[in-house]
Amino acid sequence: MPFMFSVSPDFTPEHLSGWYIFNTWLQKQTGLGIHLEMYDDFQTQRAAIQAGQIDLIYANPFDAAMLVREKGFLPLVKAEGKSDEAIIAVAAESAVHDVADLLPGTRVAFTDDPDVHLMGMIMLEPGDLDKDNIQSMPVDSYVLVAKHLLKGDADVGIFLAEAYDDLSVMVKKQLRILVRSQISVIHHALMVGPKLQDQREAIRDTLLAMPDDEKGRGVLSSLGFQAWQTVTDENMEFMIDLMDTLNT
Amino acid sequence: MISDMKVEDIVGEYRETTLELYGGIKRKVYYTDIETTYPDGKLIVSSTDPAGIITHVNRSFVEMSGYSEDELMGAPQSILRHPDMPPAAFKDLWDTVQRGEKWRGYVKNLRKDGGYYWVKATVIPNVRGGKVTGYTSVRRKPSRTRVQECIMLYPALF
Repeated sequence: MPFMFSVSPDFTPEHLSGWYIFNTWLQKQTGLGIHLEMYDDFQTQRAAIQAGQIDLIYANPFDAAMLVREKGFLPLVKAEGKSDEAIIAVAAESAVHDVADLLPGTRVAFTDDPDVHLMGMIMLEPGDLDKDNIQSMPVDSYVLVAKHLLKGDADVGIFLAEAYDDLSVMVKKQLRILVRSQISVIHHALMVGPKLQDQREAIRDTLLAMPDDEKGRGVLSSLGFQAWQTVTDENMEFMIDLMDTLNT
Repeated sequence: MISDMKVEDIVGEYRETTLELYGGIKRKVYYTDIETTYPDGKLIVSSTDPAGIITHVNRSFVEMSGYSEDELMGAPQSILRHPDMPPAAFKDLWDTVQRGEKWRGYVKNLRKDGGYYWVKATVIPNVRGGKVTGYTSVRRKPSRTRVQECIMLYPALF
């Protein structure tokens, strides 16, 4: 039975092939049989985790507490210099210039990306908005969040900052950022489950050495970053504690 | 270590009082009516040891408190205690986190320059290997409505 690898379903579509390339490279380097299973949504992926089907995961920080504290996962690495940040945006012509201007009943478009949603809702709190007094508009992608703002169907959109920055110039010209988070310490991480833990250090060493050879650099480039960086157990515990404080 | 505030650090007209902090420590503080608005999108993060001594601060903490990182590290978290905050709030905080639970509240913090800023604070115990090794406090921008409620309520709690 191969080990099972999965990636947080909020991966950017242009990096989908990158994860398959990475998995092929990782199998070759480690000699382990690893099957990459991509899930369409967080719910299905969490069910697979609960069923003990996942051994290696590039996890959303929102799921880190469950993975570490309930399922015995341990952190390996994160993408160097990357953190998850959120943006609250409105249509460019919107009368709202400050979160404090927003009123109960505001229509908020967002995706099911759990850490971005959490950060976005925190940034709406200064406007006295919470899940009970907004009109929630869940959509499947950040492009659709932008579309709802442009069409005037939504008053406010919550974006992953990277996804917002990747929108076309033409779309961004018709939107306006109200708040961009500067949290810096919330990030995705590659984590190993109980069945792979005896390989943890070997896998980590292999990953950290990726920038040292041309093929490794090419694989990293297909994932959209330049190197991996170690996440210690304490780094991970700190992030879990921090997420816990935000999730209230 | 915590020392009295220094008059030369204070910006603007000030009043003075002496606070009785946790552990029987007395501290002379000077405070003004100048508010620093909490910046959008940022979190103030700090950690302490089990006795409330600061062991980690992030950049936003340094910027908002007005103290340098060196001044904050090793100081008690109560270096930020504002005289308008009722002691009962901090007793509740300590009682809650020492039970291993999460504490949330709206807090008026005192800056090094005598000014203040309001935060929504959440404090949780850091449990490592089944033991509490310290506490992490995360502060975010509060709702103005909640702050107004606290401005009305807190004087009644003294």
